[in-house]
Amino acid sequence: MYFCTDFKNTIYLFDMQRKTLIRLLSALVLLVCFASCGEKPTTTREERKEEVKEYVQHHLLDSHDFSLFSKTDASGEVHHYGFPLPVILWDGGLKVFSSSKFHHGETVAEVDGNYYKLEHAKIYKTDAAGTMTYDEDNHPTNEKPLDISITKGVFMMLLTCILMFLLFRSLAKSYAKNGGIAKGTGRFFEPIILYIRDDIARPNIGEKDYKRFMPYLLTVFFFIWFLNIFGLTPLGVNVTGNIAVTTALAVIVFFITTFSGKKDYWKHIFDPLGDGMPWFGKIFIYIILVPIEILGMFIKPFALLIRLYANMTAGHVVLGSLIGLIFIFQNWVGGTLSFGLAFAISLIEVLVALLQAYIFTMLAALYFGFAVEEHDHGHDHETEVAH
Amino acid sequence: MEKLIQEFSLGLFFWQAVLFIGLLFLLRKFAWKPILNAVNEREEGIRNALASAEEAKKEMQNLQADNEKLIKEARAEREAMLKDAREIKAQMIEDAKGDAKAEADKMISQAQAAIEAERKSAIADIKSQVASLSLEIAEKVVKHELSDKDKQLGLVEEMLSKATLN
Repeated sequence: MYFCTDFKNTIYLFDMQRKTLIRLLSALVLLVCFASCGEKPTTTREERKEEVKEYVQHHLLDSHDFSLFSKTDASGEVHHYGFPLPVILWDGGLKVFSSSKFHHGETVAEVDGNYYKLEHAKIYKTDAAGTMTYDEDNHPTNEKPLDISITKGVFMMLLTCILMFLLFRSLAKSYAKNGGIAKGTGRFFEPIILYIRDDIARPNIGEKDYKRFMPYLLTVFFFIWFLNIFGLTPLGVNVTGNIAVTTALAVIVFFITTFSGKKDYWKHIFDPLGDGMPWFGKIFIYIILVPIEILGMFIKPFALLIRLYANMTAGHVVLGSLIGLIFIFQNWVGGTLSFGLAFAISLIEVLVALLQAYIFTMLAALYFGFAVEEHDHGHDHETEVAH
Repeated sequence: MEKLIQEFSLGLFFWQAVLFIGLLFLLRKFAWKPILNAVNEREEGIRNALASAEEAKKEMQNLQADNEKLIKEARAEREAMLKDAREIKAQMIEDAKGDAKAEADKMISQAQAAIEAERKSAIADIKSQVASLSLEIAEKVVKHELSDKDKQLGLVEEMLSKATLN
């Protein structure tokens, strides 16, 4: 008898918990159902596919205004929510105006008697009517003014810079305040800084030179990591997946490597075989070998820029497509499946964000290590001194 | 590739380079240097603390060894002292015995000498007393003898008769 009531109580408790859960779930389902029911009749599946493709492609590009989301109302008019960013052009003089003048590419902006049109995130010079001319590959042939606008990407970079500065400045200050022990958020970042020092810089560059490169390695690691993470937020700014950004990062790596190259680095490029072979033998090999080595100087940073760009872009495309699939399917099975997949990929992308930052930093350190490495004779000399 | 070149935005490249280099120099001055210095200092501190702890441990061990040595030495010294004391004791007893014997011998000999002297003086005394006594006796005898004239004359007669005159 006792057992019975006990059992009933347990069941009852369990039921209570389950009931709340079921209620929550059903509320969610209803919400989703209403949302999807509202959209359903407007478009066909093909149209939606095209729309998603456009949207993903658009998302990958930089943009001149910071749009949080857009909505098409019943009359088919598109409303953009967000804020405009300043456009800075050099077209026979500096021209600064708000990107709201373009109305998201729908109108021609008139500044100081010049007309500009926004197409595919690029600004072209045009006439008052906004006529565009295209070549056979469907690329616009209109004149492009030099565009150094504060775009969405630049805006995000600025934000990241400010965030990083405040974050690490406060960490630096907390050391001074707490007698050499980090406090607050610094506790989280300190092990990462130490990891970059002890497991990236030291083994790859060497005890003697690693200190010089630490500021760069730390900055580039956190810069890429933070921007990657920002890319995963619903703001969805694809900064590190932009070829211009990764190119700039790689160019900096190239310059640092080239300018810190020691005698051995250049010797390795222009005289890779050393004294192991007489000069007349070397000539024939070097005709092939030296150009390859010189090419290698450029290929290394180029690989960096392509790797980061491709990984981040691929992540965004996959995630965007999977989220888009939910809207294409618009049914229970497909929607749930896509949601589950998108969720899983999001988790993987969080890892990839860190991984790509790590790989970039690691390889940069490796290249710096090649540049400052001192070969055998250097070591001999050192050991002689040591003796 | 063509798409990449198409996508390439010079403005973004420019801003990225400028912002990144700016950030690099700012952070280097205001964040990384203080952070790395603080971390280095801390590590140095830890290393020093460990080294000094090791040093202290060694010192402790040395001290302990010293203590052990001192105790051993003290024990040996005590042993030696005890041994010495025992020897001295034996020596002293020996010496005392010898001294006492000598003293006793001396006293005995002195006593013997005294006894001898005493005896001698006693004998002398006796001798003198015997002499005086003898004299007295002799006197008395003589006095007594001499009081009887006839006898004396008889005696003298007798004596004279015995002594032959040659």
